[in-house]
Amino acid sequence: MKKKVLSAIIAAAMSVTMLAGCGSQESAPADTTAQTPDEAPAADGAPAADGEMITVGFAQVGHESDWRTASTNSIQAALSKENGIDLQFVDCDNDSAEQLEAVRNFIEQDVDYIVIDPIVSTGWDTVLTEADDAGIPVIVIDRTIDDSDKYVSWVGSEFTNEGLAAGAWLKAYAEAKGIKELNILEITGTTGSSAEIGRTKGFHQYVDSEGWNLLDSQTGDFTQDGGQKVMESYCKSYSGKFNVVICQNDNEAFGAIDAMKAAGVSYGVDGDVIVISFDACTAGLQMVLDKEINADFQCNPLQGPDCLKIIQALGAGQTVDKQTFMAEPWYVSEDILKEITYKNNSGTDVTEPLVVVDAATVEAAY
Amino acid sequence: MDKIKKLTKQQLFLPFFCLLIVLLINLIKSPTFFNIGIQHGVLYGRIIDILNRGSEIAILAVGQTLVVAVSAGTDISVGSVMSLSACGTCMMLAGYGVNSTTHLAVPMGVGILFGIFLGGLCGAMNGALVAKLKIQPMVATLILFTAARAVGLLLCNNQITYIRYEPYKYLGNFIPGCPIPTAIFVTIAVIAVVSIFLKKTALGLYIQSAGINSRAARIAGINSALICFVCYVICGLCAGIAGMVASSRIYSADSNNIGLNYELDAILAVALGGNSLGGGKFNLAGSVIGAYTIQAITTTLLAMGVSTDQAPVVKAIIVVIIVVVQAPTFKEWIANNEAKRKALRAEGGQQA
Repeated sequence: MKKKVLSAIIAAAMSVTMLAGCGSQESAPADTTAQTPDEAPAADGAPAADGEMITVGFAQVGHESDWRTASTNSIQAALSKENGIDLQFVDCDNDSAEQLEAVRNFIEQDVDYIVIDPIVSTGWDTVLTEADDAGIPVIVIDRTIDDSDKYVSWVGSEFTNEGLAAGAWLKAYAEAKGIKELNILEITGTTGSSAEIGRTKGFHQYVDSEGWNLLDSQTGDFTQDGGQKVMESYCKSYSGKFNVVICQNDNEAFGAIDAMKAAGVSYGVDGDVIVISFDACTAGLQMVLDKEINADFQCNPLQGPDCLKIIQALGAGQTVDKQTFMAEPWYVSEDILKEITYKNNSGTDVTEPLVVVDAATVEAAY
Repeated sequence: MDKIKKLTKQQLFLPFFCLLIVLLINLIKSPTFFNIGIQHGVLYGRIIDILNRGSEIAILAVGQTLVVAVSAGTDISVGSVMSLSACGTCMMLAGYGVNSTTHLAVPMGVGILFGIFLGGLCGAMNGALVAKLKIQPMVATLILFTAARAVGLLLCNNQITYIRYEPYKYLGNFIPGCPIPTAIFVTIAVIAVVSIFLKKTALGLYIQSAGINSRAARIAGINSALICFVCYVICGLCAGIAGMVASSRIYSADSNNIGLNYELDAILAVALGGNSLGGGKFNLAGSVIGAYTIQAITTTLLAMGVSTDQAPVVKAIIVVIIVVVQAPTFKEWIANNEAKRKALRAEGGQQA
């Protein structure tokens, strides 16, 4: 009897969680319909005209951050009915087994294209071979797949370039402001994540070559609470000895700024400490506008338009590049530097403009 | 000598001793660790950090101690419940679907009470499963461990909800004009209320009896199931309060990260406090000291600048040592060795 009651409860609990899952999936497309009016002009309507809908299956990581939600919305807005695409969206809730299952389902349903944001970078060879055998092109976005090359293209950000750009900006900024000595405190992201590895690698190239003094580097786990905790400790250990804080995402920067405020350290454009951040979400850009963050290096979550371009190119029988790096603007709060020049991760010298944040930029951010 | 022996026999001696050792290492390494000053009208220093940052774990440990004592099992849902309470409060204050707000939809008190009420509700659900249906505590609380965070995410419409309203920050930071972090007051209040409740009523005794042998307690006329239920509700309320503090610190509800892995720290605090995870006798003060020991270790590692990839290893080693020192088998082994040495010495004395 007891066992029956127990199993009934567990079953009930499971169905509740499942319902919760469904709920979030249903609510997302509702958002898209609300957004489509702005995106509609982008539609070229050609495939829709012959009444043939292209079917695309999209296996997303989950919905753990604003960034991910922006990515989901971007894909749903671009691969829309107006653009002649019937999108099947699966939110995999950070469960890699579920994601493999979702991709297999797409293959069984014989969709025209599959878009994957891989939760893990390995274990893909078998299922991608199955997709290849079925003749379904696979497009990978954001995170990478390391153990298979049976996908047609990858769309995402180059984290190392973000780190390099931050270094190049800091060098130019210090020169422009006449700051001789840079004492840097670093708050990194979750140890081992690709964003943490890339941003650290890029920025440290400048630390090493310019001989800057990196006082300490601790992880804030990409959270506001983490950034606050680490900065609280930094303010005590290195009181008055630092003039740069670099946080690897906006949430950490919010926490670090709160901690500096509490410790009475002056920061930002008119303060003693230069604050650098990555991601550039709306709230982050608002702080750049308020002159609390000096520079914010965007990690672009809007893969949708690039995905659509690839699908249209493949549909027209053209070949596509194996890798597409998305355009990533660098946001600053002062209008003293126009652009930065650096050697990017693939070894070419690039000169990129700096965008001075105004109210319109904040409005347009994700 | 006798006095020292009496002191070391105290149940609280070892937990306290461990905390002292951790602090002593800091004293040797850098005495500035103990500097406390006033900066911008508020207390400022590492010791204040430990007391302030340890609040959430200390509050959770209070509830967890009762649950462990009464049911010989742990409530692993407290971290997720913290997150759910925080999301509930922020959802009430901002209104559903609002991402960031500067003025509140309902009075702040209503929102905070709603969050704590949600915590109590989760506790009641856990309590009903464990006390009435006799499901193993870990299995029963596993349901909310998985579900609570997801429900919180739904309440906040899959977003991080920011409450940019100055008084909402007071609970996790400072009330203007008061130099002591508010979280310390909250912790003291929770500990005081629970201990007075235990001391002034027979609840403490009932919890112990139900924990040692629930059937015997029932035969003796104690409603074991009700006592167990009450403990889980208290644990849920504590999780709710801890959730409020954590949410107020970042003036938002970050459902993915609030209270992440805190259930493990809470259980560890109970164990470090010298409480048996097998239920029965318990010591609230021990658990609270255990909670601050954990925070002292974390703060120490940060202060010493131990690199982040090594910190968990160092923390694990310290915890292992503390747990081993407190294990009954280890104590017995030490006692045996001492007795042997004494016997040998006595023998040697006779031969001479």
